[in-house]
Amino acid sequence: MRATARGLRLLILTAFAVFFVIPVGWLILAPTKADGALVRRNPLSFGSFHQVVLAWDHLDAFSDHIYRVWIGNSLLYALSATAIVLATAIPAGYGLALGNFPGRKLVLTLTLVVMIMPAAALVLPIFLELNAMHLIGSVLSVILPFSFFPFGVYLAYLYYATAIPRDLLDAARVDGAGEWQTFRRVALPLAKPIVALVFFFSFVADWNNFFLPYAVLADSSQYPIQVGLSDLLSSTPSFNPAQGGGGQQVNIFRPELALATLLAVVPVAIVFLLSQRALVRGMLGGAVKQ
Amino acid sequence: MSSPAPVRGRRAGAGVSFILPYLPFLIGFGIAPMIYALVLAFTTSGGGWAGAGNFTRTFKDYRFLPAFEHILLYTGVWLGTLIVFVVGLALLLHGRAGRVSTGFRFLFYLPGALAGAAAVLVWLFMLDPAVSPFSFLEHDVFGVQLFVQSIAPGKLPFVFAMIAFWTGAGGWIVVMYGALNTIPPELDEAARIDGAGPFTIALRLKLPLIRKWIAYMLILSFATGTQLFIEPQLVNEASLGLVPDTWSSNQLAYQLAFRYGDFNAAAAIAVDLLVIGLLAAVLIVTRTGLFRREG
Repeated sequence: MRATARGLRLLILTAFAVFFVIPVGWLILAPTKADGALVRRNPLSFGSFHQVVLAWDHLDAFSDHIYRVWIGNSLLYALSATAIVLATAIPAGYGLALGNFPGRKLVLTLTLVVMIMPAAALVLPIFLELNAMHLIGSVLSVILPFSFFPFGVYLAYLYYATAIPRDLLDAARVDGAGEWQTFRRVALPLAKPIVALVFFFSFVADWNNFFLPYAVLADSSQYPIQVGLSDLLSSTPSFNPAQGGGGQQVNIFRPELALATLLAVVPVAIVFLLSQRALVRGMLGGAVKQ
Repeated sequence: MSSPAPVRGRRAGAGVSFILPYLPFLIGFGIAPMIYALVLAFTTSGGGWAGAGNFTRTFKDYRFLPAFEHILLYTGVWLGTLIVFVVGLALLLHGRAGRVSTGFRFLFYLPGALAGAAAVLVWLFMLDPAVSPFSFLEHDVFGVQLFVQSIAPGKLPFVFAMIAFWTGAGGWIVVMYGALNTIPPELDEAARIDGAGPFTIALRLKLPLIRKWIAYMLILSFATGTQLFIEPQLVNEASLGLVPDTWSSNQLAYQLAFRYGDFNAAAAIAVDLLVIGLLAAVLIVTRTGLFRREG
């Protein structure tokens, strides 16, 4: 009886593990095979490294090395926006946690509400606003909205409100340090773990964002990789036999598309695996006390 | 400290300079777009007052109701799978903690690294019987021989729910598992001494204790689900227009703005969706108690 229950439990868990892992395994193995082999051979077999090189050559040649441009764009957008996020969110969290000024509660509540709202809900309103400001098509139309990251403010706020002994800061102030000096010399060095956390979250959110850049950028040379992938998808016959000759000309077939997808997630996968615990703690919004 | 201490550092106005760099972003990309969308939604293209005109006009659009039906069906299916499988798997994993449980949690969590376009592309491959490792299921269970059959319009809400579950469930399982860990072991122990089996403990003791986390997951997922955009957009591109580019409400708003230049109509739909998102956020903040910090 007990053994059956244990066996059943393991069976259910294994079935779900297969569902979650097999697609990832397939994606990793796909670029090792030629397009024909993908159809004929066992979907989970390994081809050869030579095929990976070949697939990369095709991908890289696509539209004059535009794949590299897309990856570069993603790095540019995600890193510059995240830099602005760090410069604004950490002090803001500090000010909200330890300050005492009119409107503090309002700013905190607004931050919380915008943070919980799905980001996609704001994309069209932001597009309409940028359109009125004639910023559409500019790199700033991606970087500036990305630089608003209320979740980072909330994390910093939570950290300063709960983890930093107020006496420490008071002591610094009694020693005659000004407000900014107290922040720079005492509060900022203490916030190292939170800086790392905000960096991860902001970077991942920006890297994965599709809707906003898709809406505000017009030129494919400005696309980040997520939007680039959709461009690649629509210009290949992988799922559209009707596209016929198109694939021959651009040499982008299923292995190339799989490789493009795989490479596009590498930066996030690295960050993700490195910060598994931190990410989960962040998903909990710090609402559960450790 | 017996002598009256100097007022402890917190004079009125202190700290305001720290939030000044953040304020332009909060206003510019949080508050202002909402207000601007509202203004556009209630005015005409000439700038005159439109009343509810834009809302009734978009509501009467032949694509409006199908789009909302699609996202509601999709969200319903997704929430159903989330509540059954996420809670079920978390309870199953928590029943017997240990290295096996850690390993499974990691495997479930793995696809979370593939978000957005990447996840959709992976599943387009998985749904293509020609190359999919699940092709035997597709052939024998679902009777699907061709890719276009996999993405037949009637199946799409289920397909999108599956993609969303695949990328997001692992994260939620880990969250639920974490919430289960906050239950004091003595409670568990006491129930066991009282003769409760693992099944009873899971349902009667653990489930009620993580209720607010389940509520949080459902409200948040509901709000996110209604904003669906990238999945149908990519499927539209992969299917050569077989799936309309106005499948979801966000897509319809996007098309109204981009193809027709009708920003007022687009704003009206954006406001519809914004209200859903705002309501969900306010509900979470005020009702679940998860973000209550200040007394």
